[in-house]
Amino acid sequence: MLTLDRVAKRFLRGTPNEVLALDIPSLDIAEGEFVTVIGSNGAGKSTLVKSIAGFVIPDEGTIALGGRDITHQPPYRRAGVIGRIAQDPNESTCAGMTIEENLAMAERRGRSRGLQRALDPVIRERFCATLAPLGLGLDQRLAARVGLLSGGQRQALALLMATLSGSRLLLLDEHLAALDPKTAQLVMELTARIVADQRLTTLMITHNMHDAIQWGSRLLMMHGGRIVLDVAGEEKAGLTVPGLVARFHDVSHAEFTDDRALLS
Amino acid sequence: MAQFQSLMLNMFEQGFLFGFLGLGVLITFRFFRFPDLTAEGSYTLGGATVAAMLVSGFDPFTATLGAGLAGAAAGMTTALIHTKLRINNIIAGIVVMTALYSINLRVMGRANIPLLSTPTVFGDVIGWLRAIGIDVHENVYTTIPIAFVLLALGGGVLVWFFSTNLGLAVRATGQNEPMILSLGVNTDRTKMVGLALSNAFIAISGALIAQNHGFADIGMGIGILVTGAAAVLIGEAIFGDRTVAVWVVAAIIGVLIYRLLVALALRVGLEPIDLRLVTAALLLAALAVPRLRTRLFG
Repeated sequence: MLTLDRVAKRFLRGTPNEVLALDIPSLDIAEGEFVTVIGSNGAGKSTLVKSIAGFVIPDEGTIALGGRDITHQPPYRRAGVIGRIAQDPNESTCAGMTIEENLAMAERRGRSRGLQRALDPVIRERFCATLAPLGLGLDQRLAARVGLLSGGQRQALALLMATLSGSRLLLLDEHLAALDPKTAQLVMELTARIVADQRLTTLMITHNMHDAIQWGSRLLMMHGGRIVLDVAGEEKAGLTVPGLVARFHDVSHAEFTDDRALLS
Repeated sequence: MAQFQSLMLNMFEQGFLFGFLGLGVLITFRFFRFPDLTAEGSYTLGGATVAAMLVSGFDPFTATLGAGLAGAAAGMTTALIHTKLRINNIIAGIVVMTALYSINLRVMGRANIPLLSTPTVFGDVIGWLRAIGIDVHENVYTTIPIAFVLLALGGGVLVWFFSTNLGLAVRATGQNEPMILSLGVNTDRTKMVGLALSNAFIAISGALIAQNHGFADIGMGIGILVTGAAAVLIGEAIFGDRTVAVWVVAAIIGVLIYRLLVALALRVGLEPIDLRLVTAALLLAALAVPRLRTRLFG
């Protein structure tokens, strides 16, 4: 479904500070795969997600989605089938607008937007029905501004917005990182439920090794812009956090310095 | 008492006519979060277009609408410079504002066109009312309700527009561009729509003011953005940050209060040459008060 072919991206190109942010000779993600991605800061995880979403254009190589080359497409052209959530709740929802307005904008993902009324009783009822299963009480607060919600509520809403209509590929860029552990657990379970229900192909970046092992069907470890570990199936199921840290030392020959990853 | 009455009449008459300016500036200054200097040129463009069209015999409503379209074109030009050439939006506005000065002179053919002998939208409406047997005359008492109805229509259009799918996308473009891009919206297009709408309203304000004052002048737009911004900020200081409908009402009331304060400043002995100083002081106060309030009581 998603194919990266000899994709490379350098930041600060042509300066002494040039960094190789992404260098992926080949990556294939099949329809319905749930891939977790781990790696230290600066490993290239976010650059990977951003180049799939269109916010970073690779210097070389091609990215294809469902057989179509999307490498140079602007984000809005590929958004019809890609749902994305960022780490910062401010980025994936619109704080100054209401819950129902946010959902209305998300529901028209990839479709034309004209002068039809964005909200009416039928649409509101539909949003209520969508929000109620979250159990967060958001269905009672349709007209509340999103800025008034907690981080967890906002990420849960972002998750709905990313999957409300038409998405086939879900990109999660550390969407739990700004949440407290209990809320993160809640949003993660919601994520897994939606991904399973809609059979979404998913790429989830996380700092939490437990999450990376527990969820998904395939695990990628990145370092220095490269994919240094790619395990799936039985092998992934057998992973442990200490085992993963050891694997990291083997493949990267570097100290795994990220405290958050070790502490988790 | 008579003084108070004329103060109030002036506030409502000029306030409702400048209300379109407040609504236009609201779109760029508040929804898009940048001061769009195109306003300085498009306000005059509105006056210039309506004057040129009235003098060549167009009827006042067509001429006012023409002024709005000219303003929309000016806004679209700014949006194109900003989005296609990736030039900062404030600079893009300055470029268009500068170019418009010459264009406005070309449109008018000279620096000032008197409109005392041409028909106006106000005169037209009075004519229609008289034709159906309502005996009214064109004066400040009739201009106020006419201006109010026009402004209410304009405000209604804005509230309606920002409740449509396209309107939501335009608002989100100013608030969270990465998000709305991720939802499949071409933000180059929504910026164009927003700036066109904003400058259309500002140009209509210029067109109505020109008809009300009886002339269009090349200098009429100088400092107009600050006027609009002050009005929006005054409204916001009173009503806070809420729904689009509240924003619209707040911007209009902001304009009224701004006009009242300016008129009061003149009454207490300041001269017209001091007005810019008054405007600057009002803008500063409108900016500072909410901040001081949160610092003291927040």
